[in-house]
Amino acid sequence: MAMEMRLPKVRKPLSETLGRDSKKHLVVPGDTITTDTGFMRGHGTYMGEEKLIASVAGSVERVNKLICVKALKTRYNGEVGDIVVGRITERRRSAEDELAMRGFLQEGDLISAEVQAVFSDGAVSLHTRSLKYGKLGQGVLVQVSPSLVKRQKTHFHDLPCGASVILGNNGFIWIYPTPEHKDEDGGGFVANLEPVSLGDREVISRLRNCVVLLVTQRMMLYDTSILYCYEASLPHQIKDILKPEIMEEIVLETRQRLLEQEG
Amino acid sequence: MASVSLSEAEKVYIVHGVQEDLRVDGRGCEDYRCVEVETDVVSNTSGSARVKLGHTDILVGVKAEMGTPKLEKPNEGYLEFFVDCSANATPEFEGRGGDELGTEIANTLYRIFNNKSSVDLRSLCISPREHCWILYVDVLLLECGGNLFDAISIAVKAALFNTRIPKVRVLEDEEGSKDIELSDDPYDCIRLSVENVPCIVTLCKIGCRHVVDATLQEEACSLASLLVSVTSKGVVTCMRKVGKGSLDPESIFEMMESSKRVGKVLHVSLQSLLHKEESLGPKRLKVGFLG
Repeated sequence: MAMEMRLPKVRKPLSETLGRDSKKHLVVPGDTITTDTGFMRGHGTYMGEEKLIASVAGSVERVNKLICVKALKTRYNGEVGDIVVGRITERRRSAEDELAMRGFLQEGDLISAEVQAVFSDGAVSLHTRSLKYGKLGQGVLVQVSPSLVKRQKTHFHDLPCGASVILGNNGFIWIYPTPEHKDEDGGGFVANLEPVSLGDREVISRLRNCVVLLVTQRMMLYDTSILYCYEASLPHQIKDILKPEIMEEIVLETRQRLLEQEG
Repeated sequence: MASVSLSEAEKVYIVHGVQEDLRVDGRGCEDYRCVEVETDVVSNTSGSARVKLGHTDILVGVKAEMGTPKLEKPNEGYLEFFVDCSANATPEFEGRGGDELGTEIANTLYRIFNNKSSVDLRSLCISPREHCWILYVDVLLLECGGNLFDAISIAVKAALFNTRIPKVRVLEDEEGSKDIELSDDPYDCIRLSVENVPCIVTLCKIGCRHVVDATLQEEACSLASLLVSVTSKGVVTCMRKVGKGSLDPESIFEMMESSKRVGKVLHVSLQSLLHKEESLGPKRLKVGFLG
C-alpha cells in the first residue's frame, strides 16, 4: 500500500517555468485596455467614456485592429456546431415521454450531442441526429474548464494508444475503450456492461491522469497534446503521474515536443 | 454528504476496476492520494493545521481556554469539538444544509476521543475542581472531495501536535485565596502528547472488495462503509458503519484487519512529517492560503 504525505510547496508563476520573455497583458473587469479609439472591440471588451474597458478577467489578445480579452476561466457559452458531453439531470414529464424515452435514457446518463441553436438567454438546444452521437457507455469522465478545450475540426478522437476520447466544448472530457467493430449498418447504442480488459483500463487511467495533469498546468487540450503527454508519462507508474515533481518533468517534455512540432 | 450522480455504465466500470485492483486514477485498493499537511497556519489560535487530500481541504484550529472541570471528572480538562461545513465546499451546504453532516462528524470525533488514553486529560488540569484547560477544536470544511473523516482526523491530530498551552502557576496567599499567574515568556508552554491520538480510516465496500480513500465517484458506487478509528499501535478505539447497504461478518473482519495495517502506515507517515516540519524551525517558509 502506498501512503505519501508531504509539506505544501509554494506555487511558481508559470512564466518563470517557461522562461518567457514577453509577459502577457493581464486585465480584470473594469481595467482600461487602451484609450486609442482606432481599435475594433472583440469579445470581453466594451466601450465606455472614450476608452476600451475589459469586461472579463483574462489576457489581452490583439490581431491587427481587433482587440479582445480571452478569459482564463469561463462558464461554457454555446455556439452552433459545438460538440458537448452532458449528463441528464431532469426531464420533462409527459405521457409520450414516459412511454418512449424512459426505457432508453435515465436521469444520470451521459450523452454526446451537437448544439443546434442558441437562445438569447444563453440556453442551448441539442440534437443527436447522427449515429456518432447518443448515449455513452462505460468510461471515465473528467470535468475541466471550457476555456482549455481547443476548437478543432473534430472532437472525436481514436488515439493510437488504444482508447478513444471525446473532447466536449463544454469542458466534459469522456475517455472510453475503443469499440471493437464499428457497425456501419446497425449503429445506435447497445448496452455493453461487460468488464473492460485490464490493458484497456490501464490506458484509460493513464489518459485520465494525463488530462488532469495538462489541466493543472493550464495547457490547451487537443488530441496531439494529450498523445504527447501520454507518451511522456509511459516511463512512470500511472498513480505517480500526479505527483508534483513527476508532473513538472512530463509537462516539460510535452511542451518541448509540441514546440518542435510547430516549429 | 456531497454526492455526484453517475450513469449505470460508469458505476459498472468503477466496480469492475476495483475488482481488478486498478481504480480510475491508477491507484490500488489500499493506496491513498497524495496528502499535504501544514501546521501553524492561523496565527490567533493555540494550534492549527491544514490538510489537503486530493480535492478535500480541511482547516482545524485549536483554542485553549480556562474553565471549570466537569463534575464527574474533577482532575481532568476536556476537549470540545465543533465542525462547520462551509458553503464554499459544495452548494448543498448552503444555509443550514451542512448542519446535519457537521453534527455527525462532531459526534464521531467525540466518540473516538472518549477513552482514557487518546489524550492525557490530567495534564490539562490546573487545580482540581476549580480550574482546567478546555481545548476547543474547530474544524472547517473548505472543500469536499471524498473521504472527509480521514482528512479531518489527520488534521485534528496535526493541530493537537501543534498546540501550545501557556504554563500557569497557582499561587496561594495567606488568606487562602488563589491567584493564577501566567508565565512571562511567551514561548514557555506545555505541549500535548499525540502518541495515542487515533486517526480514522474509512473503508468503502465496492462490489466484493473494499477501498481506502474513496473519491466522490467511488463513494457513489458504494452502499456500505466502515469507519474505523486506529491508533499508531494498531489499537482500534471505535468503529462505525455508515450507508444503507449491509456488510457480512467476514467482510467486517477483513476490513478491520485492513484498517489496522493502513492505519499504522498512516500514523508513521504523519509523525515523521510533523517532526520534519518542526525541525525546520522558524526558518520554515509558510505557504498558507496564498502560496
